[in-house]
Amino acid sequence: MSKPKVAFYWCASCGGCEETVVDLAEDILGVVEAVDIVLWPVAMDFKYKEIEDMPDKSITATLLNGAVRSTEQEEMAHLMRRKSQFLIAYGSCAVNGGIPGLANQFTREQILKYNYEDAPTLGNGGQKIRPQLKSTEDGRELSLPELHNVVRSLDQVVEVDYYVPGCPPTPNITKTAITALLEGRLPPKGSVLAPDIALCEECDRKASKPTNLAFTEFKRTHQKLIDPTQCLLAQGVVCMGPATRSGCGAQCLGGNMPCTGCFGPTSRVRDQGLKIMSSLCANVAPKEEGDISKVLEGIPDPIGTFYRYGLAKSMLRRKVNLPANGK
Amino acid sequence: MANTIQPPLPDGKWKPRIVAFFCNWCTYTAADLAGVSRMKHAANVRIIRLMCSGRVDPQFIIAALTKGADAVLIGGCHPNDCHYSEGNYKCLRRNQMLKRMLADMGIEPERVRLEWISAAEGEKVKRVINELVETISRLGPLGIPQKFEEWDREMSELTRQMSKQQEAVDGGETPVAVKTEVIHV
Repeated sequence: MSKPKVAFYWCASCGGCEETVVDLAEDILGVVEAVDIVLWPVAMDFKYKEIEDMPDKSITATLLNGAVRSTEQEEMAHLMRRKSQFLIAYGSCAVNGGIPGLANQFTREQILKYNYEDAPTLGNGGQKIRPQLKSTEDGRELSLPELHNVVRSLDQVVEVDYYVPGCPPTPNITKTAITALLEGRLPPKGSVLAPDIALCEECDRKASKPTNLAFTEFKRTHQKLIDPTQCLLAQGVVCMGPATRSGCGAQCLGGNMPCTGCFGPTSRVRDQGLKIMSSLCANVAPKEEGDISKVLEGIPDPIGTFYRYGLAKSMLRRKVNLPANGK
Repeated sequence: MANTIQPPLPDGKWKPRIVAFFCNWCTYTAADLAGVSRMKHAANVRIIRLMCSGRVDPQFIIAALTKGADAVLIGGCHPNDCHYSEGNYKCLRRNQMLKRMLADMGIEPERVRLEWISAAEGEKVKRVINELVETISRLGPLGIPQKFEEWDREMSELTRQMSKQQEAVDGGETPVAVKTEVIHV
């Protein structure tokens, strides 16, 4: 019997998810032995044409990371969906839109203008050059994919079978997911392959989490010397733990940094950002409007803080007064 | 979206649609009083009774707006009068942050209004509803479900072309080239 075929693909992502696959270390040898990798652009040389030529559903599983924000990524998402039995949204960007999802606060024109004209780090000898969808070089026509106006999670584009969250997914949940796939021990379709309970459950600082929080101020990590043993909320630092799925082993907390929410919400929560906002703000100490807003000023960018990995998949998805097209 | 509030009315004219969350102990009783006293207010409000304004999860407010409401009104007990002692303060604090987030997400903060209305203030229910309807009439429709449809039009284009190409392949004909060629950079 031939080995099951597995593909890895990346869309709008940083490459960190690919790194996690390599971080399986020697366990990756077991994976490589058990499967045939048919596509992995970051590590191996395969052509899209070879995938197109395969019969539909002939790939057992595709682990696709990155958000979908260009015509090429959209097309590949459709192609991998068609060729795979299981399509797995791998990593925060594919699951909830991730960091690229924060671009949903801006128009395409603002994004292109900043990146190709206004950014202080721009090269090109001061020339302001935008990528063209079509251009001619030596009489040959070249084309580039088009940037979409809206950044999307994978399941906003095609049907997704399973979700593996994390920025990036930790090696332990990656290994569990791959093993479950290969052994056919699969939970109901649409499941997130990580524990369905908040991060506080597996946090070492859980014992010091106060029953009644009363915030008199919020501090950002660079404004405070953080006690490495106490619950961050008790220290007035915004920690997304209570509204974030566990499974990472609370690694950021181990490094004395707050959880930023990359595992997304648990199954009981629709909108992670609104839920943590609800929880934190309800527990602000003052009762007068002026005093309350003074405390809340300690969170200068609520969208970037509460939706760091989830804006594209949030209930509003995008700044609603932006145009659907172009400018 | 299946459970979206449909915007067109019988006469085809847009009128504000407002979802109101009223607390059981004060504002809902006040609305009841307004009714019993035969006060007339604008008919644009759908009232949902909750036990406390502290029960208003911000997800409820955004769900109302994304399903087609133009505004949300929250009514709770006056400060110090909450049946559960602290619920209205929780609502007030969340509301302050929610308003900042709404502004960041391109929604006029006036579309979410929080009012303290005691069980005796039937008159205030009438005034607040009328005022809010006036404000929203001035702001115009929010129309988020329609925006979702507009945003996703950029995707249906490629899907349409690809299914056309697939049909051509299945039908044994020459494939039609898709608009954007995939280039591996």
